[in-house]
Amino acid sequence: MDMTMIIAMLGAMVAAGTTYLLASLGEIVSEKAGILNLGVEGMMLVGAVTGYIAAVQSHSLLVAALVAMVAGGLMAAIHAVLCITLKANQVVSGLALTIFGTGLSAFVGKDYVGVLTETLFRNVAIPGLSQIPVIGPILFNQTMLVYVSLLLVLAIWFVLEKTSLGLKIRSAGENPAATDAAGVNVFAIQYGCSIFGGVLAGLAGAFLTLAYNNIWMENISAGQGWIAVALVIFARWRPGRALLGSYLFGLVGILGLRLQAVGISIPTQLFNMLPYLLTLLVMIFGTGRPGGRRNDGAPAALSLPYDREAR
Amino acid sequence: MPEPTVVLKGITKAFPGVMANENVDFTAYKGEIHALLGENGAGKSTLMNILAGLYRQDKGEMIIEGNRVEFHSPADAIKAGIGMIHQHFKLVENFTVAENVALGHENTRFFVNKKNIARDITAVAEANDIELDMSAYVWQLSVGEQQRVEILKMLYRNARILILDEPTAVLTPQESTRLFDTLREMAKNGCTIIIITHKLVEVCDVAHRVTVMRQGKLSGIAQGEEISYQSLTGMMMSENIRLDGKVPAGKAAAAVLEVKDLFVRGFKGVQAVDGLSFTLHSGEILGVAGVAGNGQRELAEAVSGIRGIQSGQVLLGDADVTCASVRARIDKGLAFVPEDRMDTGLVGNMNLADNLLLRSYWNAENNTVTGIHYARMAEKVDQAIEQYEIAVGNKKAPVRLMSGGNLQKVVLARELALSPSVIVAAYPVRGLDIGATELIYTLLLRERDRGAGVLLLSEDLDALLKYSDRILVLYRGRVMGIVDKAQARIGTIGMMMMGTTPEEVAKIEAVSHF
Ligand SMILES: Nc1ncnc2c1ncn2[C@@H]1O[C@H](COP(=O)(O)OP(=O)(O)OP(=O)(O)O)[C@@H](O)[C@H]1O
Ligand SMILES: [Mg+2]
Repeated sequence: MDMTMIIAMLGAMVAAGTTYLLASLGEIVSEKAGILNLGVEGMMLVGAVTGYIAAVQSHSLLVAALVAMVAGGLMAAIHAVLCITLKANQVVSGLALTIFGTGLSAFVGKDYVGVLTETLFRNVAIPGLSQIPVIGPILFNQTMLVYVSLLLVLAIWFVLEKTSLGLKIRSAGENPAATDAAGVNVFAIQYGCSIFGGVLAGLAGAFLTLAYNNIWMENISAGQGWIAVALVIFARWRPGRALLGSYLFGLVGILGLRLQAVGISIPTQLFNMLPYLLTLLVMIFGTGRPGGRRNDGAPAALSLPYDREAR
Repeated sequence: MPEPTVVLKGITKAFPGVMANENVDFTAYKGEIHALLGENGAGKSTLMNILAGLYRQDKGEMIIEGNRVEFHSPADAIKAGIGMIHQHFKLVENFTVAENVALGHENTRFFVNKKNIARDITAVAEANDIELDMSAYVWQLSVGEQQRVEILKMLYRNARILILDEPTAVLTPQESTRLFDTLREMAKNGCTIIIITHKLVEVCDVAHRVTVMRQGKLSGIAQGEEISYQSLTGMMMSENIRLDGKVPAGKAAAAVLEVKDLFVRGFKGVQAVDGLSFTLHSGEILGVAGVAGNGQRELAEAVSGIRGIQSGQVLLGDADVTCASVRARIDKGLAFVPEDRMDTGLVGNMNLADNLLLRSYWNAENNTVTGIHYARMAEKVDQAIEQYEIAVGNKKAPVRLMSGGNLQKVVLARELALSPSVIVAAYPVRGLDIGATELIYTLLLRERDRGAGVLLLSEDLDALLKYSDRILVLYRGRVMGIVDKAQARIGTIGMMMMGTTPEEVAKIEAVSHF
């Protein structure tokens, strides 16, 4: 492999990793506020199909992206009502959302399987930045959504760590009772973060159909939503690490295909397993400080429903 | 006459199966320290949670500083100048002190400037003589320090009405004194302070006015001169219980528990128990005195087997149980009343019967061929309810719904059911009302007279002196000395708790006599 091949592969890695990145950023925000949403796969699929249909119908990428985001957000809103207002079990609700979203997207999109569209996110080289050797072609000759995801990494990190809104979000996930007693509207925070998570999952879906695969087919995400959920643990709930993890997982996916192309045949199933295996390894070796308190970055009240009057 | 700042009229609040508050009136005035008393489950916390906006009353109205108010959330109460420090602190453990204080405060701008916030908070802390490291994480702080964070939080919000729910239950005497100094100062500055407590001595000491509740209803109000130990107990108790002073000594016999050269690491890896040896005999209560955090918790947990040790030996009777499992120790006659009844003692979501079974479900008598013998358990539950006077609405309901005193009775009922030879009781009366406290001590004395050895950990020196046959003073994980009841004096023990050896104490006392 020469340099251009490597650069091309890393560029493909960034594109492949962006689906994970968008979805896991959303999930990080939701989980930071204490709401575990295992419905990422479902929300992503619904975003993927609605975004694709909107693109076919409206010929507008902006409309398509908005539609996908709204659809993902609505899915998350179902989860929010169930888990925050009705205090249902978050694991069950999330799983139901995934199953529901998978079925719904297949149903809604059945007439669009194989339909092609020209309304796609194309690579846009950023003047200047794309000229930087090596980094330029890898990071700055990508689709708009890649740039959006990079900005989101910064924005989410900043909001979570440097603003009072971030303080409220993190404390809602750590200790909702204390947050409530401090006069913060925990329910509003949790609703907001949960829906934001769905919005990004929907966008990740649109990225799949309109920027990466450029087509709609049933179950197009093929488990990538689950990888995004695992990535949150892998990244220990930090946006920056989610970026690294996404690209690493993206690379693993690309590598399988590339190696085959150069004649080294490793079963693709092995590569599909790798992200989960890596997550398990992180969970085993990455958590806990000897003599200190267990700290893997997980919000202390993650997935525990908060009921003000409960004992 | 000072102006009333808090007026509650006809407050009623029902929880499934219980009337927690029934038509309660309550008035507190500007600049006073107002004590709210009552037995466990009387509805004190419920009433104050309503005032703090956490619960919604079913009926009744609230007038704060002359205005009718309607609270939909704690945020509304904070706006009205009300701050509450709950029985279980509401702090985010993984946040720093400064973050906890700033959280949700209206002055905290969108872009958090940590330096400015820390400066503002430090200013408030200094003005009120509160010492705290603003950048420490809450989980690193002692209970007393955590409470100071809560107070600071309220001061930073300019709370004019401060509610404290059993603030001294987990404090050392020194910390309590310090707290009351702060509260007196705040009252002098025009705050209204409401404290819930079970410690009547404190009430007589600091309260200007007292409201007593009983079974969800208002049962009496006292102020100034009328506040005395006798008058208060009279108002509190459903029936007058006898609180007499003398406890007959036990008859110590054979050794039932021996601890030799015990070393145990505590939370965060500190050397919590540092070469500890003692012997507990059948028929005696060995009290363990010490300032909180000197290894009490680790000692109790190591003996009962839920915490690993570094080195040393633990003997139950003649059996070496140093490496034995918890279950093996139970089978050898060890009972454990843990410090934290809700976390370590009971499973909140299970009912009474299941909790009573926790430490004996494997015994043949509790099983049939098809599994747990629930018919027999139902009888045992009824027996326990009767014998230990457990107040329970629904026997099938999860125990977390019960009040603190009743939970503790459940733990004791379970632990004493197996006629243990050794009972490790860590702070068994923490948060309990006088009636329940008295009952628990009576039970422990009865076990002692039956022939059990009791290791009693407590922060209440008066109680230790009253009920123990010998008192072991713990200091930094070591035995400072073991004093017989006959020779024990509060002053002596207090000095030993601060690290003075018995020899030095004797010298000091000899000098002061002349
Ligand atoms: N959130 C709740 N859900 C159900 N029942 C409750 C709840 N809070 C309190 N209760 C019940 O209401 C009654 C009053 O409880 P409350 O906590 O107000 O008592 P208390 O006077 O504070 O007692 P303690 O001295 O033990 O703290 C009890 O019977 C209790 O079991
Ligand atoms: Mg209470």
